[in-house]
Amino acid sequence: MSASPAIEVERLVKIYKSVPAVDGISFAVDRGSIIGLLGGNGAGKTTTIAMIMGLITPTSGRVTVLGARMPRQRYAVLQRMNFESPFVEMPMRLSIRQNLTVFGMLYGVPDVGRRIEKLGAELDLTDLLDRPTGRLSAGQKTRVSLAKALINMPELLLLDEPTASLDPDTADWVRARLERYRRERNATVLLASHNMAEVERLCERVIIMKRGRIEDDDTPPRLLARYGRRTLEEVFLDVARGRGELREAAQ
Amino acid sequence: MTARGVTISAASAFAFSPRRVAAMMLRYWYLLRSSWPRLIELVYWPTVQMITWGFLQYYVMQNAGFFARAGGTLIGAVLLWDILFRGQLGFSVSFLEEMWARNIGNLMMSPLRPAEFIAALMVMSVVRLSIGVIPVTLLALVFFDFNLYGLGLALVAFFVNLMLTSWAVGIFVSGLVLRNGLGAENLAWSIMFLFMPLTCIYYPVTTLPIWLQPVAWMLPPTYVFEGMRALLIAHSFRPELMLDALGLNILLLAGGTFGFLALLRSARRHGSLMQTGE
Repeated sequence: MSASPAIEVERLVKIYKSVPAVDGISFAVDRGSIIGLLGGNGAGKTTTIAMIMGLITPTSGRVTVLGARMPRQRYAVLQRMNFESPFVEMPMRLSIRQNLTVFGMLYGVPDVGRRIEKLGAELDLTDLLDRPTGRLSAGQKTRVSLAKALINMPELLLLDEPTASLDPDTADWVRARLERYRRERNATVLLASHNMAEVERLCERVIIMKRGRIEDDDTPPRLLARYGRRTLEEVFLDVARGRGELREAAQ
Repeated sequence: MTARGVTISAASAFAFSPRRVAAMMLRYWYLLRSSWPRLIELVYWPTVQMITWGFLQYYVMQNAGFFARAGGTLIGAVLLWDILFRGQLGFSVSFLEEMWARNIGNLMMSPLRPAEFIAALMVMSVVRLSIGVIPVTLLALVFFDFNLYGLGLALVAFFVNLMLTSWAVGIFVSGLVLRNGLGAENLAWSIMFLFMPLTCIYYPVTTLPIWLQPVAWMLPPTYVFEGMRALLIAHSFRPELMLDALGLNILLLAGGTFGFLALLRSARRHGSLMQTGE
């Protein structure tokens, strides 16, 4: 396997009209790692992920995913990655099995039927497979979105708020499945979230964004030590309210 | 450039997978099968329109010598107009289903190429058109003694040209909706009516003012409707009209595809693919 990072972002900028949504960020994500992209509303997390997926063209800068320049060479690698986001949905009238069949075929999955059965068992969807997707609860829909994201056993998984609007029990269940998938497949996961506990539990490294820029980038233990805080939530609040900069200035 | 030892070339962007086209067709087939109102809607308007115009033609034939000789031109025009209009609508509605379902992001981030997406939409427009129009042509035969299939090979030439126009317009409108969101949805329903007066569906091109006639001759369906009248009134098939229409259709299709790709690029630049609402 190549030692090059799964994702390389260099001086990435996205400007809408005159407003910078992402403002010159650079980072790399090693293969097999799970990285959290943390930030408040409008921090630029979703735009960054969309540029990594090739859905948005950067104003300037460079994104390389699994060795391919995005968005120009996206078709060379889209089959090896997948994503989950609350900003997209699965067609409501189709059953879970029908939706997964369509996406399995789009991603070139061999023996789609068997893959769906396996995913159904892993994600506790077996009894629901023939139910229309529109008749599922929020938790069930999230599991279906996760099944779609895992249908092609991606090397790179991009997750945008994967547990948004879920109750704590279901959210915990989803996190456990993600951890297991990452461990079993040595997959790379980039996770954008507001949920500090989620990021703290899952991620080995955290990138904190604010107003389109990277404010900090480190492992959770080092961030906690540097900010003198007990939880990532406290670190996040320090960054969001500018106390991190004040502390650095004082030091 | 290489990724995992595999050469990444520009060719990957143009690789065409019949399996992905089949996946999209399957998706639309599942949708049609799951919703009887969608199926009824396909047949409802063509039937209402054919019956209305069929009775009008019946009345006019009894009272006007010209129309008595030109038997079937009105009802033939209605059926061919339906091929043009329903063909474009079949294309556009399948595309709109993705916007309504908020599924377009899933598709745009999947390995599905624009050419495969368009191919699936083209096939589905023929499927939807067949469901809607074939029963209506049979009703025209039973109620008004008008046999569209009696046009023979000419019907094939008419059909091919009308479908090509409907796809070209459908492709361009889909690009507009991708770029501008569902706010541009109304164009999908109404744009074809712009063709209605100019393509001379119910009257010869000579009816138009002289200055407007060159505009009419720039539109491929004009040749089809003129060809239909020549066949039904003078009983002569004019292949040169069909070849002219085909040439214009190739240009129109190229323009529609170019427009779609340009609008898709613009949508990627403006982040419109993330916000597919109004």
